[in-house]
Amino acid sequence: MEENIKKKLDLKTYFHTTKGRQLVTLICFSFVPLLLLIVFTYYPFVQMVGFSFFKMKYIGAKEFVGWKNFVKVFSEPEYFSSLKLSFFYMAGSLLQLAIALYLATILSFKVKGGNVFKGFMFFPFLINGIAVGFIFKFFFTRGFVFDTVLGWCGFDLENLPYWLRDQSINNWSLVGTSVWRYFGQNMVLFIGAIMSVDANLYEAAMLDGCNRFQQFIHIILPNIRTVLVLNVILSITGSLSAFEPPYVITSGANGTATYFVKMHEVAHTSQKVGQASAMAVVLLVIIIFATVLQKLFFKYAFKNVEDDSYSAKRRNRRRRAF
Amino acid sequence: MNKRKKKITPARAASGFVKYFSLTFFAFIALLPLVSVLITALKNNEEYASTNVMSLPSKINFANFADAFTTANMGRAFINSTIILVFVLLISTLLGTQIAYVLNRFKFKGNAAIRNLFLFATLIPGIAMQVSVYEIMTNLGLINKLYGYIILMCGTDVISIYVYLQYFENLPTSLDESGVIDGAGYFRIYRSILLPLLKPAIVTSCILKGVGTYNEYYCANLYLQDKKNYSTVATSLYTFVGPLGSQYNMICAGVIISLLPALIVFLVCQKQIYAGLTAGSVKG
Repeated sequence: MEENIKKKLDLKTYFHTTKGRQLVTLICFSFVPLLLLIVFTYYPFVQMVGFSFFKMKYIGAKEFVGWKNFVKVFSEPEYFSSLKLSFFYMAGSLLQLAIALYLATILSFKVKGGNVFKGFMFFPFLINGIAVGFIFKFFFTRGFVFDTVLGWCGFDLENLPYWLRDQSINNWSLVGTSVWRYFGQNMVLFIGAIMSVDANLYEAAMLDGCNRFQQFIHIILPNIRTVLVLNVILSITGSLSAFEPPYVITSGANGTATYFVKMHEVAHTSQKVGQASAMAVVLLVIIIFATVLQKLFFKYAFKNVEDDSYSAKRRNRRRRAF
Repeated sequence: MNKRKKKITPARAASGFVKYFSLTFFAFIALLPLVSVLITALKNNEEYASTNVMSLPSKINFANFADAFTTANMGRAFINSTIILVFVLLISTLLGTQIAYVLNRFKFKGNAAIRNLFLFATLIPGIAMQVSVYEIMTNLGLINKLYGYIILMCGTDVISIYVYLQYFENLPTSLDESGVIDGAGYFRIYRSILLPLLKPAIVTSCILKGVGTYNEYYCANLYLQDKKNYSTVATSLYTFVGPLGSQYNMICAGVIISLLPALIVFLVCQKQIYAGLTAGSVKG
């Protein structure tokens, strides 16, 4: 009895110590975010991995099938070929990065109306996916916007393909919409990186008689390569999970169903939950693998560069953050 | 002739031409789809049917906007989107700044583990998870409820935590210490000292999160299936899929209405949007 009271008192005093009060604050402030993180990310994640070994629908009996769902992902051309479409998106995003870098370099120096140009090119990023879908369905319709503009340039409508139906071109049309939507955003990121380069370097280079191209190769490129490499890797993982353009524009018809569109269809139209989960797990493993490679790459590629202030700063920041 | 003026060499002229040509070209590409949509939205049915899509309307006509607004029930959609936005921004700002405060200022076992939990969550593509999240939402009875969708949107908010974490790094701990000396508790320090200083970060991440939430349609479509009562602005555009699919003058008007709020926010807060993107990208 007495001991109990003592314990209670101890606990009471404990909550008045610095440590104790920290603990209370800690619990109050992190309980809800962590709960949400677990309920909406980690619990479904674990559950999904579990689902992937079953043949099941949302409602009804489950049947354990082992690795069968995974084998299907790689053996049935229907699933595997959709993964190949990622290459279109990868090519597109590399082109997008190149355009963005080029424009960012121009806009980082004095340009008349630079902000207006920047705004025009960035705005597509802020449009919702469904609207983008309608805009480009309209844009690519036979005889509509794109065909008309090509007509101005001297193309004959008769020789033009159906942009969204012709299987030799439709994936490129979709990739084009994705480039349209994101190049401005990439550009803004690059401008941010270029602006953080020490301005004295340009002055020194000017005095040494460097032209713009030399400045780009010897000053800009080395200083922003961290951001650049990061974006290249992000674009690779992003291409694997390409979803929006085919989902909202063609609904995956005519050979445009990317891996995710296929997965969405398997999960929600045919309700093969087990199969869809297996597809998701496969993709996740690929993405995690790519991310680990990226971390290793950063660790070793930039290890020996002592005088590179930008990446050093980044690394420091990261070390502090994690 | 003013000889003191900078000499215009052929090389300089050429590079200037290339520069402005590229800028104009890409700005044209960015704007062309939007301008064509606007032109079409201003045409009446007859003119839409009889003229080329790129020819300007003879008379500016706003009837399509009214039609699109009523057909897609966009009034209701705007109300829903506003409710969602207000709550999502409020809750996620509160939760995001609090968890960032704890992670940045307190040393405790598991700090790194929690950071890594959040970090790993960013790798998982959201759409892949919806297969099992759907079941959880069903079991919790959160489908077809505005608050269900709001909770989901707050629960998947990781990027803004990074924006806050980064910003906390730059707030000196001496601020906290002076608070401790004045006898303030941790909650007080967070509320009265740090939160006001976080304002720029809050504005930035609210704008980004706000635009993202306003434009989100995948989860909205999946979890707010009662389109009559619970459509958001983004999902209200689904009305035009199907039988109305070829009435592009009305569809274009609907599209324009749906992107107006984003346009206004962009025009007002350009700087914060750019800053927020750049900050978010350094999350590593």
